[in-house]
Amino acid sequence: MSETQLHPLIAKYARKGAQRQPHCAGCGNGIIAQCMLRAIEELDLDFGKMVFVSGIGCSSWIPSPFFNTDVLHTIHGRPLAFATGVKLSNPDLRVVVFTGDGDGAAIGGNHLIHAARKNIEILAILINNRIYGMTGGQVAPTTPHGMKTRTTPYGNLEYPFDLCKLVEAAGASYVVRWTTFHVKQLVSSMKRGLLKEGFSFIEVMSQCPVQYGRFIGIRDPAKMLLMLRDSSLPISKAKSMSEEELEGRIVVGEFVDRERVGLTKAYKKLLNEVQA
Amino acid sequence: MKTLLSEKIIESGTNFMMGNEACALGAIVAGCRFFAFYPITPANEIALHMSTLLPKVGGIYIQMEDEISSIASVVGSSWAGSKAMTATSGPGFSLMQETIGYAVMTETPCVIVDVQRCGPSTGTPPLPMQGDVYQARHGSHGEYPIIALAPSSVGDMFLLTIEAFNLAEKYRTPVILLSDALVGHMVESVEIPDLSSIKIFERKTPEKHVEDEFSFFLNENVAPMPKFGSNYKAHVTASTHDERGFRNVENPNFVDNLVRKLYLKIQRHNKDIVKVETKNLDEAEVVLLSYGSVARSAKHVINQARQEGLNIGYVRLVTLWPFPDDEILNLARKVDKIMVLENNMGQVVNEVKRVVGCEAEVKFLPPRLLGTIHEPAYIMENLRRFVNE
Repeated sequence: MSETQLHPLIAKYARKGAQRQPHCAGCGNGIIAQCMLRAIEELDLDFGKMVFVSGIGCSSWIPSPFFNTDVLHTIHGRPLAFATGVKLSNPDLRVVVFTGDGDGAAIGGNHLIHAARKNIEILAILINNRIYGMTGGQVAPTTPHGMKTRTTPYGNLEYPFDLCKLVEAAGASYVVRWTTFHVKQLVSSMKRGLLKEGFSFIEVMSQCPVQYGRFIGIRDPAKMLLMLRDSSLPISKAKSMSEEELEGRIVVGEFVDRERVGLTKAYKKLLNEVQA
Repeated sequence: MKTLLSEKIIESGTNFMMGNEACALGAIVAGCRFFAFYPITPANEIALHMSTLLPKVGGIYIQMEDEISSIASVVGSSWAGSKAMTATSGPGFSLMQETIGYAVMTETPCVIVDVQRCGPSTGTPPLPMQGDVYQARHGSHGEYPIIALAPSSVGDMFLLTIEAFNLAEKYRTPVILLSDALVGHMVESVEIPDLSSIKIFERKTPEKHVEDEFSFFLNENVAPMPKFGSNYKAHVTASTHDERGFRNVENPNFVDNLVRKLYLKIQRHNKDIVKVETKNLDEAEVVLLSYGSVARSAKHVINQARQEGLNIGYVRLVTLWPFPDDEILNLARKVDKIMVLENNMGQVVNEVKRVVGCEAEVKFLPPRLLGTIHEPAYIMENLRRFVNE
């Protein structure tokens, strides 16, 4: 592919030799990567002063090695803990974590609630496709109750997390949920999250046509996107609805947007006081 | 260094302090400016001092939600440009192993202090044991080299912490300070040298920015390490990668290149890394070989043996990993018998036997009671028997 044929966002932000995304056709990760780059472009942020940290799983391949800036591709479940060290040591860097529902809510669930509690100035994008995609379609802590997966052949006995409620309760400054259908809203929330003081959490409900699609019997990405659209419900409407009415719906929108002092800001104040 | 003196954080000369405090001071002197921790006995005093000292020198202390996130944040901090450390004991050290492998793989300088306690599992937290020697070497999965140092005194906790940082920064690798509850909790006098006489190593960073020419990994002579935010666009991954950080997980040539180069980076510099302390080796036919807290008993015994007319040599391994193969083989060629003292069921002794082969007779002596160090009288009694065997 010659330089002139590249999408302008790719030409500007992609690492040479890594301009293609590694994801399966129809995956939501490409949409989310583009939304992120659009948000950065629209805010005119210095890409070189951004650090992208990811864990293990499909979502972690969004910045690695694709984004042409500092990228720390870490181990399974711990990207938020690595990112905490990066941000504390150099608060001038804008740190963004890409994680998935397995990486961020199962093995890394503890780090998620503690990053939110610490309210450290990191933007975490958690891509929730409700299944383990890379490893072959195993049940996740976000898989709907009753659903059959590779490892719940008789149906899932457990119930999924409401991650936005969890992170809000843990103390994050900014919590929002969209789907890969809501690209405009997603770009706008990413911009808000990138500038927000404190921990920002964006959950993106995404389609996995290969694994999730296999088990619900719909493997067409476009149909899955429409499903995401049709099952979405704005948070303002959801507030007056009962649990039964909300069954199977995806509540989208801002869960919280509040002013709380971020950890590195608080630490800077402490340093000034101790050294005074 | 000026701030350290003016803030009275440290004073040269004779000090009286606990091993864990000396470790914290050594870290500050070495330039450590990030310390992450999760509470655990018997390492807590290191955090007590780091949380007080670090803000005074503009550094970061953070208590994380577990040992996994402690070492993870240390690695993140190192890439952001800080000298970084964490401290723990057995259970926490086990939790850190996966990320120690990550630090080896991504060539991230950092220091991990393991104040060993009695295991297995929860065991006996306040008592010392040298049970983690192999965990320090092979605790993470896969094939990798590591550096581990064993302090024997409060003075060592100060100086070897500095040495651990110097080696970590020089060779871009995690370095483990394998202390134990005895050395960590002991209070004794320590000579803090003139700070200007202490050598501090700073990591090599890329010299100038050359667009599209970057090779930040897998150099036998240690590749320069870019600092995040300095526009080098580093791609750091623990997948099998090449010199530029690009992953390749299909071709075994990449695996071979990576593992060999990580090994060669340490092996080629063994002479600079490995340190062994010896005493009374001339004319010694029997040698007491030990490390860490147990070496204190051994040192006491050789003086006593001399008074009894026994020529006993003393060898203390300061570096446990990479194992001092050459030094021990040379020793074995000169002496007849080596008695290895360890506060465990025999770990380093296996390495000694591997190296020595038939060159000398090797005997292992655990303490009378595991979780204590060898009483000098008990060593003497066994030593007399061993000499006459």
